[in-house]
Parts: sequence; C-alpha cells; structure tokens
Amino acid sequence: METQVFKVPDSFKKDFKYTFCPGCDHGVAIRLVAEVMDELGIRENTIAATSIGCSVTIYDFLNIDAIEAPHGRALAVATGVKRATPDKFVFTYQGDGDFASIGLAESLHSALRGECLSSICINNTTYGMTGGQLGPTTLLGQVTTTSPTGRNVEYYGYPIKIAEHVALCDGTAFSARVSLDTIANIRKAKQAIKKAFEVQLNGLGFGFVEILSTCPTNWRMSPEKAHERVRNEMMPIFVPGIYKDITSKGNN
Amino acid sequence: MVECLTGKKVLMKGNYAIANAAVIAGCDCYFGYPITPQSEIGEFMSGKMQELGRAYVSAESELAAINMCIGACSTGKKAMTSSSSCAISLMQEGLSYATSDELPIVLISVMRGGPGLGNIFPSQGDYNQATIGGGDGDYKLIVLSPSNVQEAIDLTYKTFYLAHKYRNPAMLLADGLLGQMMEPVEFGKYPYAEIDNSSWALSGAKGRNPRIIRSYSPTEGPQCEHIRHLFDKYKQLEENEVMYEELYTDDADLLVLSFGSLSRNVKAAIKQLRDQGMKIGFFRPITLFPFPNKRLNELSRKVKKFLTIEVNMGQMVRDVRLAVNGNVPVEFYGKPVGSWPSVEDLQTAIERAMI
Repeated sequence: METQVFKVPDSFKKDFKYTFCPGCDHGVAIRLVAEVMDELGIRENTIAATSIGCSVTIYDFLNIDAIEAPHGRALAVATGVKRATPDKFVFTYQGDGDFASIGLAESLHSALRGECLSSICINNTTYGMTGGQLGPTTLLGQVTTTSPTGRNVEYYGYPIKIAEHVALCDGTAFSARVSLDTIANIRKAKQAIKKAFEVQLNGLGFGFVEILSTCPTNWRMSPEKAHERVRNEMMPIFVPGIYKDITSKGNN
Repeated sequence: MVECLTGKKVLMKGNYAIANAAVIAGCDCYFGYPITPQSEIGEFMSGKMQELGRAYVSAESELAAINMCIGACSTGKKAMTSSSSCAISLMQEGLSYATSDELPIVLISVMRGGPGLGNIFPSQGDYNQATIGGGDGDYKLIVLSPSNVQEAIDLTYKTFYLAHKYRNPAMLLADGLLGQMMEPVEFGKYPYAEIDNSSWALSGAKGRNPRIIRSYSPTEGPQCEHIRHLFDKYKQLEENEVMYEELYTDDADLLVLSFGSLSRNVKAAIKQLRDQGMKIGFFRPITLFPFPNKRLNELSRKVKKFLTIEVNMGQMVRDVRLAVNGNVPVEFYGKPVGSWPSVEDLQTAIERAMI
C-alpha cells in the first residue's frame, strides 16, 4: 500500500507564514500549486509572473523566482518570460479583476496565441485587497462597496464566465473551473492545476484554471458561511467543470 | 541580411536601419504593435527575428508590448519595442515599472504629431514625454537623440549598451522624418562589451535563493533606499555618459541649440550666417537624459544669449534654462508640428535673435 506523507510541500519557503485573512481560499489554492510543483519536479525551473491584488503575495510563500507584473499585465509579462526562455516553466497566479477586467485583453490574447503558459485565476466575485468593490465576476444582486443596493444589469451589466471564454480560444489546451468548498472538490482542483501545468510542459498550449474562492472579510461572512455561498450562489452561475481539454477525446 | 550588410555602404531608410542595428546589437526579443511612422521597424523584425530563431510577438497592444519587454528583460535577455507618440503614451505605466524593476528595456520612439491622435507628420513634441515621462513616481529614462540615419544606427547600439550597463530602460528618440528618409549608412559590428547579468536575472531558483523582481515595497525605508539607489545611477549617467555636438563656440555671441534631425537645418543656417561674419555657435544635445547641463552652464558664461529651436511649442528650452540658471537670456523659436523650418526661415529667426 502506498504511503502518504503529510508535510509542507518543498516548493514552499521555509518558515513561511500566510498573511491572508482567516478563511480565505488563497491559502488552499497556493498549497495546491506547491504540491503540484513538487509532484512535477519543476520548482527550480519555474518563473512566476504575479499580478496586483491579494494574489501578488504568492512570491512571499513559494520558493521560486518571480516577476511582479503591473495590474492586469501578468500574462503579457509571462509571454515575455516564456518567449525569452522557452525552456522555463512559466505561470501566472492572478485574481479575477486582474485576469478578466483590466487584463482581459492580455489574458485572452495569450490564450489565442496558444502561449505555452499556465494561468491560475482566483474568482472571489470582488476586489479583495482594495476592500470589496464590484468586479467583473460580481454576481447579479451582490452587494459590494460600489454596488450598495446590489449588482443590477442597468448600471453594471453582467458578470463574466471566465473559464468558458478561455475555452473558446483556439490556442487553449486546457480550461477548467473548480471550487475549494469540499475535500472532494479540492482534490479535483489539484488535478485541474496539474493538467494546466502539464499541457505547458508538453508544449500543447495555454493551460487555465479558474478557482472559485472565498473572501470572508469582504463578504462579511464566517469561513463556513463563505463556503456555503460558493456552493449555493456561485456554483449555479459559475458552473465547475472542464470546459476544454485537448488531451481528452470527447471531453470538449 | 545582417551578415551581408555588415561593413558595406548601403542606402537605407531610417526605420529599417534602426531595426537592423537592433538585430546586430543582439536583440533577442521584439514585441510591437503597428503605428505610423515607425511600422517598418516591426515589419522588418517580424521577418528577421523568425529567420534568426529569435523571439517576435505581434502584441495585442502597446501596453502588452512593453509588458512583454518587462518579462523578457527579467530573464536577462535583450528585448525591445518600438512605437510612436500617442502609443508611447500607452507604455508609460510599463516604463515606470521597468525603471523601478531596473530592467534594461530598449524603446525606439519615432515622433509624430500630437497631442492625441495628432497626425503622421514629423514632430519633436515628445521631448517631454521622453525626458520627463508620464509614469508615476521618481524615475528617468536614458534618452538618446540621433540627427541622421548613420547616427540612428550608432545610437541604437549605444541604447542597448547603456540600458544594460545601467539596468534602466533606454529610449532612442527619433522622428518621423528620420524614420522615413533614406541615407547611405554602414553597420559594422556591435561595438560594446556584453554586460553580465547573471547576478540578477530570473532563471529558476536552482541552487540559490529565489529572486523576486518587483517595484512594490510595503514599507517606507526600503522604498526610499531603492529610489536613492536609482538616483545614484542617474548621477553616474550625468557624470559619465553625456554626449553632445558643439561647433563654433569659441567666439560665439549667440549659441543656437537644437536636437534631432532638425539640427541639420539649424547647422546649415548657422554655417551660412557665419560666412556672413556673424558670431553664432551651434550646440546639439545627443543625450537628452543625461542632459549636458554642465557644458551648457560653462558656455552660458562665455556667450551673450542662447536660442533654442524645436518643432514643438518649447520643451527642451526649459532644460536649457535650468542648465544656464539665469546666466544668459534663453529665447525660443519653433512651430508645433509638421515640415521642419527651412534653412532660410531658420536664418531669419537666428538673425532676429542676434539683435
């Protein structure tokens, strides 16, 4: 029988301490990234392009080289890194505002060009670091500091379904949406991250995972309630699943 | 094409010459978006870089292009982009970041008319954009200004060298006239030493601590220290890298200043006026940053008056006034945009300043 060892992944820095709010899913997501990096043995060959927002702090925790991109430009910076050094493993770790609002052009064009990059996007339906404003993924009816009576179509339009848009790009090799609300879903999330990394390593194109995440502080909820919100309010609109996988026949 | 052009005299358009010089300088990566009057640079690079197996991306925007340069430069590779006026505006955020990140981006700016979309006529309206910039915070770009196509080649080499030597974005500030005109040129070899960047470039944290290139500093102390470090470099640039062209300053009563390709008309006008016995000197800053403050201050103690001529409403003239610090009056002659003033027009303007 296989022995399972519970330990801090080697891809973490020694003695790191998370600075995220209690109940925030960034911690789980970054741990999954670290576990996958360990399993694929890529830490020493990795360069990350980080973005602006809570996600930027990933370079405080992982033991990897990183370049901090301006807001929204992570995938343009990552494109530059990868084109300059095609033998490196290059990934971005971004928030939804970064990836799908200010950086939508850079994000989708990286996918359209089929850049051999991997990208993780944390969707928590708000701008977390700046205090909970309306973002591109804010749900209809959701109250934020800039939608005080809830998101209405008249003033704000509709939220974007990121994984589906990325899947529509011909250069995308893998696009999935996952959640971290249950142990089973966390396992699925890890498999999706691994797949998004592997398509790059195999030179197949753009690998993408949208992770539905909590923001208990700005949602003004307990961690438990926040995960219930992910399940009951986000998942019916942002439906988890694999939206594109060119390595799996009949799965698209 | 690179090989066959080296060491031969060829007739070539400014934009192609700059692009070819960048290839000879060892540019590993080109990222760009089209805009008149510099589109030939991207067109040339699209073919040449693929032919040589180097990196080329038709970026989705100038924003993306400058950020691709940030990524490529972070690995220690030589990366450049090229653009013009209103599109250089879109790159200001990236330039501010790259300066703080200490990344040696090479940027070719071929000025057209502004503000806004303006037009595609030549202009010198982006002196301020180049030397002051529109990004946030305290920073400077290295800015070199060629006056002919041969010098555009030589200064392209130098732009790459200075960017890497000082780990700071550097700009070649050309104009639409220079970009579109053909002149006989020679390329030669890249004349500068390669700079070792192994101490800072990102390559994966193998057998060493991770490296993070970032402009973000959450506390006051390190940020102050970092900005002082940047300004130490700017001081070194001012001490070691200033370039200018100077003529007839020994006996001059009036010193006429101009930069870029316009200076050729100015020089021609001065030569003719000197033939008539008028004591006029000529001065052309080649590095717009670092600006030749020291030399201009020296000259301001010898001559009676300065006249700065530009195709804009008076941009470099402010730097000239700062340099002379009130020692002499500094007058301005210019026009906003379009064809360069003729030698005759310039003679008239200079004669008027002599009075």
